[in-house]
Amino acid sequence: MASVSLLSTKGLSRHFGGLKAVDNVDFTMREGEIRALIGPNGAGKTTFVSLLAGRIAPSAGSIEFLGKDITNLPAHKRVRDGIAYTFQITSIYPTLTVFDNVALSAQSALRRHPRSNQSDIAEKVHEALGRVGLEDRKGEKAGTMAYGHQRLLEVAMGLALEPKLLILDEPTQGLSDSEIESFCRLVKEIATSATVLLIEHNMPVVMQLADTITVLNHGQILAEGSPSDIRANAAVQAAYLGTG
Amino acid sequence: MAFGPFLLLATLEGLLQAAVLTLTALGLSLVFGVMRVVNVAHGEFYMLGAVVAWWVASMFSLHPAVGFFAALVISPLIVGAIAFASERLILKRLNYDPESTIVATIGMLYIIQQTVLLTYGPDARPVSAPFYYRIQLPWFGYSGYNLFVIAAAIVLLLAVWFVLSRTRLGLIMRATQFDREMAQAFGIPIERVYAFVFAAGAMLAAIAAVLIVPIRQAHYLMGLDPLLLSFIVVILGGLGSLRGTVIAALLIGLSDGIISVFFSPTLAKIISTLLVTLVLVFKPEGLFGAKAR
Amino acid sequence: MRSENTIRVIALHVGVLAALFLVQFVLPDYHHLALTRVMLLAIYAMGYNMLFGYTGLLSLGHAMFFAAGLYGAGMTAYYTDLGVPLAFVIGIICGAALSLVIGVIALRTTGVAFMIVTMMFGQVAYLTITYFTDYTRGEEGLTMPTSARSFDLLGLHVDLTNAVQRYNLALGLLALTLLVIFVVVRGPIGRVLIAIRENETRTLMLGFDTFRMKLGALVLSGTISAMAGAAYGLMFAYVGATFATIQYSIEALLFTLLGGAGTILGPLLGSILMFYIIDITSEYTQAYLLVTGVALVVLVLFFPKGILGTIRERWLSWLP
Repeated sequence: MASVSLLSTKGLSRHFGGLKAVDNVDFTMREGEIRALIGPNGAGKTTFVSLLAGRIAPSAGSIEFLGKDITNLPAHKRVRDGIAYTFQITSIYPTLTVFDNVALSAQSALRRHPRSNQSDIAEKVHEALGRVGLEDRKGEKAGTMAYGHQRLLEVAMGLALEPKLLILDEPTQGLSDSEIESFCRLVKEIATSATVLLIEHNMPVVMQLADTITVLNHGQILAEGSPSDIRANAAVQAAYLGTG
Repeated sequence: MAFGPFLLLATLEGLLQAAVLTLTALGLSLVFGVMRVVNVAHGEFYMLGAVVAWWVASMFSLHPAVGFFAALVISPLIVGAIAFASERLILKRLNYDPESTIVATIGMLYIIQQTVLLTYGPDARPVSAPFYYRIQLPWFGYSGYNLFVIAAAIVLLLAVWFVLSRTRLGLIMRATQFDREMAQAFGIPIERVYAFVFAAGAMLAAIAAVLIVPIRQAHYLMGLDPLLLSFIVVILGGLGSLRGTVIAALLIGLSDGIISVFFSPTLAKIISTLLVTLVLVFKPEGLFGAKAR
Repeated sequence: MRSENTIRVIALHVGVLAALFLVQFVLPDYHHLALTRVMLLAIYAMGYNMLFGYTGLLSLGHAMFFAAGLYGAGMTAYYTDLGVPLAFVIGIICGAALSLVIGVIALRTTGVAFMIVTMMFGQVAYLTITYFTDYTRGEEGLTMPTSARSFDLLGLHVDLTNAVQRYNLALGLLALTLLVIFVVVRGPIGRVLIAIRENETRTLMLGFDTFRMKLGALVLSGTISAMAGAAYGLMFAYVGATFATIQYSIEALLFTLLGGAGTILGPLLGSILMFYIIDITSEYTQAYLLVTGVALVVLVLFFPKGILGTIRERWLSWLP
């Protein structure tokens, strides 16, 4: 199929003192795919996506998004261009209502459409909450909800940003089995409207969802391929799967 | 007077200023370094040290030296006890939240200052120096007591340095400064360390005040200038860095004496405050401090 | 449900303004004058609250913005014949310009450093006023000339020596400030400011330029505070360096903390209460600042949310 490159990095590196957290990574994502990023603890996954989202600056290399060099673009402008990042540690506004949490995202996205008003915001909030199944909790204080619901809220905040690329950093961490199952359905549904980059430890989830898997080890790409390729890859097994 | 001797006099005055400032700023720096608390009431502990010194000295009507040395012991102890109590009663309950503690120490500033105004009154009162001895230089006579203050400050600094770098107590304090959670995990009684450090910081200010009070009188508003100068020193020296604090205090103390010879004191204050503020904004690790870890 | 709350909220604010309008007919002279002052101080505190209560930035130098308005307006009225309305506008512009400059520099810091930086800038402002004592007359201050005690605007003749006109002018400015803050805080901008207060990194990652939002909040805050200063100087015909001392910065903090940071009416309530508490105490002792100290410690220890903040938390969750 005619693969349209959504995002690509060239020689992307980030060093902390002597530690090469991300080392010379060339990485490309197609539009519309679900990509999983896996690797042992300390492989540099979170650093890598933080570079993509602009939370930290690279030591070297470049990032291109939709054909535009965004290496030096500040984080908030990348969000406007369509890169949304959901935090590994739940990072909602606990004292605000569920509605206000998502309204902030909606408001941010609606700046692309001039002449939008409060009722447009409300409509978008309604839609995003509907997709994650939290619409009847919109009046609750976000911090008082159960953990699983807070994670869903986090995803709804990402969705309401209308991202072209949604980065989910360990979204199933701390969820129960039944919650994980419905979460997988949700991610598949999200993938119909956005490209998804998933950092995940839970291998069944990765195998079930990902179109392509990228394995990171010691800050470098160790392997890349379909789930079955990765499952069969000896180097990956040695570095990662072999341990489990 | 010729320029050379004039500069010598300015330098001596600057050294005196630097000696007192170093002790005061060291207290502020210690508290910030270990507890991450910006103690806006620090200048009031200094003022309290001077006022208590007057009070103690006026109770001993024997030789002035008896009153002075009694004050040098009693005043820091009383001030330390007050600081200890306010740490237990206020700062601890705020869980050392940086913003709340600043607001609380502003409140403490007013409480201490106004209580002194109510009890001690608005007058400035002198304390007699323990001895009068004029060193006659070829160009001018200089008070031997001033030199005593400088010497005393150096001795105290060495003592503080020794405690911090060579004793178990210092090790505990440095461990707490470096990583609070880790120190706690190693069984260091964080709370007691904090209370001790806060009291010690206030005592350093009080000692500085007792030393200076025979030269400058005790007054209920005398804490404001040292507070501002200490802030300047601690920021220039790098927040929480003791070595930086000493270097910066020397620099500020010396230059303050010399600059005010050439410039209007208000202009000097404006420029120095502005420069220091810009240092805090653009180089928060200070000019002389080690880079933050 | 939301619209029902909106009606309640609007009714409350209109009610407060109506009450302030009506009490002028029953207040004795002394309190009439006092309330005029308090309303202007409340505007100052409401400006402060914009930054502290809603954006989460604790400034310890806000007196410099009040003083910028005070001196901008007062010195224009004293040294030129541009007239009172223009002097008022110049005062506000001075405050806006100063807050923009201070904001661009100070907002590079956060937390404790921001508090210290604003305090130091406030101190620089105070020292600058005393340094140019030839023009400002320092602590002694300037008294406005008779020519600056009245003006004509839109066919109306306003006499600033007239207590009734002064009271209603102050009330008008208070109503204006209330309206501006109400609209900003309850709209999309207010939502983002509160989000910055709660979690700045997250707000950045939702695509908001948090630096610019904070700068905007600081400029609005400084401008409102400057307006209070400009009005204060012109109405009471006096500008002096005492208004620029750190003590004045702390008063804004105290009024806001007492009434409730992050509530629209908190600073007004705090200003009224604190003004009278200090007013009564200072009849008995010169050490009236003791009350300020005790109030700060007690508030931060036991009522960090202030009066209205506590009421909102316990009983009236709709309170803005």
